[in-house]
Amino acid sequence: MAPSLDAKIPEGPIEDKWDAHKFSVKLVNPNNKRKFDIIVVGTGLAGGAAAATLGGLGYNVKVFTFHDSPRRAHSIAAQGGINAAKNYHNDGDSVYRLFYDTVKGGDYRSREANVYRLAQVSNNIIDQCTAQGVPFAREYGGLLDNRSFGGAQVSRTFYARGQTGQQLLLGAYQALAEQIAKGTVTLYNRSEMLDVVTVDGRAAGIVVRDLLTGEVSSHSAHAVVLATGGYSNVFFLSTNAMACNATAIWRAHRQGALFANPCYTQIHPTCIPSSDEYQSKLTLMSESLRNDGRIWVPAKAHDPRPPSEIPEAERDYFLERKYPSFGNLVPRDVASRNAKAMIDQEKGVGPLGNGVYLDFSASVDRLGRNVVEERYGNLFEMYDRITGEDPYGSPMRIYPAPHYTMGGLWVDYNLETTIPGLYCLGEANFSDHGANRLGASALMQGLADGYFVLPQTIGDGIAPLLGTKPVDTHHEAFRLAEAAVRDRYAGYLAIGGTRSADWFHRELGKIMWDHCGMERNRPGLEKAISEIPALYEEFKKDLRVLGNDASVNQALERAGRVDDFFQLGLLMCEDALHREESCGGHFRSEHQTPEGEAERDDDRFAYVGAWEHTGEMAPGRLHREDLVFENVKLTQRSYK
Amino acid sequence: MAVTDPERQAPSLVTGEKHHGRTMHLTLRVWRQAGPDSEGRFADYDVPGISEDMSFLEMLDVVNERLASDGEEPITFDHDCREGICGTCSLMINGRAHGPERGTATCQLHMRKFGDGDTIVVEPWRAEGFPIIRDLMVDRSTLDRIVEAGGFITVSPGSAPDANLVPVPKVVADASMDAAACIQCGACVAACPNSAANLFTAAKVAHLNLLPQGEPQRYQRVESMVDTMEQFFGSCTNHGECEEACPKEISIDFIATMNKDYLRAKIKNRRYLSRNP
Repeated sequence: MAPSLDAKIPEGPIEDKWDAHKFSVKLVNPNNKRKFDIIVVGTGLAGGAAAATLGGLGYNVKVFTFHDSPRRAHSIAAQGGINAAKNYHNDGDSVYRLFYDTVKGGDYRSREANVYRLAQVSNNIIDQCTAQGVPFAREYGGLLDNRSFGGAQVSRTFYARGQTGQQLLLGAYQALAEQIAKGTVTLYNRSEMLDVVTVDGRAAGIVVRDLLTGEVSSHSAHAVVLATGGYSNVFFLSTNAMACNATAIWRAHRQGALFANPCYTQIHPTCIPSSDEYQSKLTLMSESLRNDGRIWVPAKAHDPRPPSEIPEAERDYFLERKYPSFGNLVPRDVASRNAKAMIDQEKGVGPLGNGVYLDFSASVDRLGRNVVEERYGNLFEMYDRITGEDPYGSPMRIYPAPHYTMGGLWVDYNLETTIPGLYCLGEANFSDHGANRLGASALMQGLADGYFVLPQTIGDGIAPLLGTKPVDTHHEAFRLAEAAVRDRYAGYLAIGGTRSADWFHRELGKIMWDHCGMERNRPGLEKAISEIPALYEEFKKDLRVLGNDASVNQALERAGRVDDFFQLGLLMCEDALHREESCGGHFRSEHQTPEGEAERDDDRFAYVGAWEHTGEMAPGRLHREDLVFENVKLTQRSYK
Repeated sequence: MAVTDPERQAPSLVTGEKHHGRTMHLTLRVWRQAGPDSEGRFADYDVPGISEDMSFLEMLDVVNERLASDGEEPITFDHDCREGICGTCSLMINGRAHGPERGTATCQLHMRKFGDGDTIVVEPWRAEGFPIIRDLMVDRSTLDRIVEAGGFITVSPGSAPDANLVPVPKVVADASMDAAACIQCGACVAACPNSAANLFTAAKVAHLNLLPQGEPQRYQRVESMVDTMEQFFGSCTNHGECEEACPKEISIDFIATMNKDYLRAKIKNRRYLSRNP
């Protein structure tokens, strides 16, 4: 086994690491910042915040998004809220508690130093966003309101109705717009990054394809920052937006960036169950609904009665029954797995028997309809619109769906990947959530990375490059990378087969969901590992993409993304197979306690599994970063 | 292996055996246009076997799969989150922006709102400020230009005071949030007989100008944003079609707020200028 990866964690007590690090990193003089070019790919919370902040500091920034506007990134869909350790509610919260909860919630598979820093800057994020005009919910006295959110026993979640992600993204987008107007940031919209180019082992730039003209071009810089989101769409049906994809990080992986913990995926418990075969995506109902909604199924299987006719005594409020202390607020993986167990026992509800009830009648009685409407009105409307059912009249039906991927490119404490000069932020990296992410922590991490961490750490990497120009884009390496991209896309058009990229994506998604979803085991993973390459061969022989490469061609865009999902899907299964333990969102049915809870193996698996690419569809080579816990004592999670 | 297993064949796109509601037979009349400078035309498609539980965009997905099977290029349309929040989707459906259901973006519109045998006319947003790119896809980047002109509050990370330092009355925060709910889809422009972008611009102005945090840049913001808006879009003559079409039901009262601030800005900004020539 290769030596443990060096995460460059600063020395000293955990409370002092970040301050000490900020003091020790090399700085770029304010007057010299304009001499550095930085590429940022992605304009969600992490990318938008990073590009705006770097531009504000004086760097020359080029920012790329495949959307028409930077404000469309899928961060916008996050509903529930953002955590911070403000302790405004005087209920015992602190930076240490947020740190502790996040490490514990991640089932002790995250890096302590990163998580502590995240908790520290969480408070700066709330200050920053409030000053930017994010209209967070307020109490009647005019101060900020908080609520408690899945997995937390303190009220530390700030929110803006059910549209927190939207409002935070607008803050970052508006800050970015200001820098674009000032000319410090140049925006390239409808441009998809298709490769990272390295020269002499260092990231030199990227190759992008203009989605309107098909033109392939190169851009170089002193550093490249990827903030391109997660890869839940490998499952085809997920809560991600239709265009969310893994191409940017996967291509970086192929160029040498290690990919950490690819099997750590989060299945979100509160989504609307699919209604038919045409379903193109699954819609999430914010987890905050679990604060006031009670989850139940009929106590006996195949109960045909409508919910209103099932008396209390014949309902099973299974989370409240099994976890009296946390009840409906157990972490997402626990809630999801228990819902699946109920459906496996054929107690599922709805026309396809694929849901469990989320019932607000008790809350409406206790709080009044007005309060419930104030808190969740837009979510109730959304549910009604999609299902045609009124949740005030009858309980919602919910079911788990792939939602977030904790895995991603391996990064050190500076958020730099194993390719020098290539950084990775937000959901696209692996860093802060371990094997499971707590609710309202994704927005926190994206903004922490973008506003507060990367702008401080990137100087350390690029300061020595002062006086050098970025690599010329006529360099051989760029020419070859551009040619490879053109060949790849021409190749999809040339196959002339019979099936669409969507069809293959759906098939891949079924394999992934069946064998690498909420529950995994050796035979299933081995089956997936044999099926995926076979389906991939079929993809390469039987794909059909019409049209050409010189105008808008959405089917062609999808073909490239699905191609990369195949390769990533295989790696996810390999990682899940190698990790012979259960932890967080990774549940191996061979490894569970007698009570059916996840059973970790800290002796063998308290490490980050970071994979090296060895060739297309070839088994990856595993590197490890051993996780050292100096501040948090490893315990078996218990939410009883 | 997956592909040859009959259980795993593609879901039937024609008859939809697995859905539970009604099935509809529709005629779609869709605007097809190969590129920005090409001539456009309506094309009619016979579309049987549509489930009422599908969303409008899932129906278009099905149509596109069928077109591709027949060797015809799929219909290009913008879409992404399919949760009514990203603002990427558009479409004039039977002459109405985002279709017949109030307060609903196209991606959240479901086929149960239509009847068996209906003919549905689908067009792109039509406005000078939104040139057509292809089929139903238009270029809305002019809206980004309006935001770049002043739709922000300047604050460098690290410089913000504690978030609770400035109390904001709940009603003010709520009104700001009402305006901030805008998804920048452009339906207001598409629905307006003048192709005006006043509701969009007013929503962004109000979101920031109502808050104490937005006060220092209040008058610069409104003047700059309105002047930029007028470069690309028509003038508001109070038809109110924008509010009717808005998927987030943003009130045209915000236009009055913007107009009031704009008028004051014209006076105040001149005074500042005269002081600092």
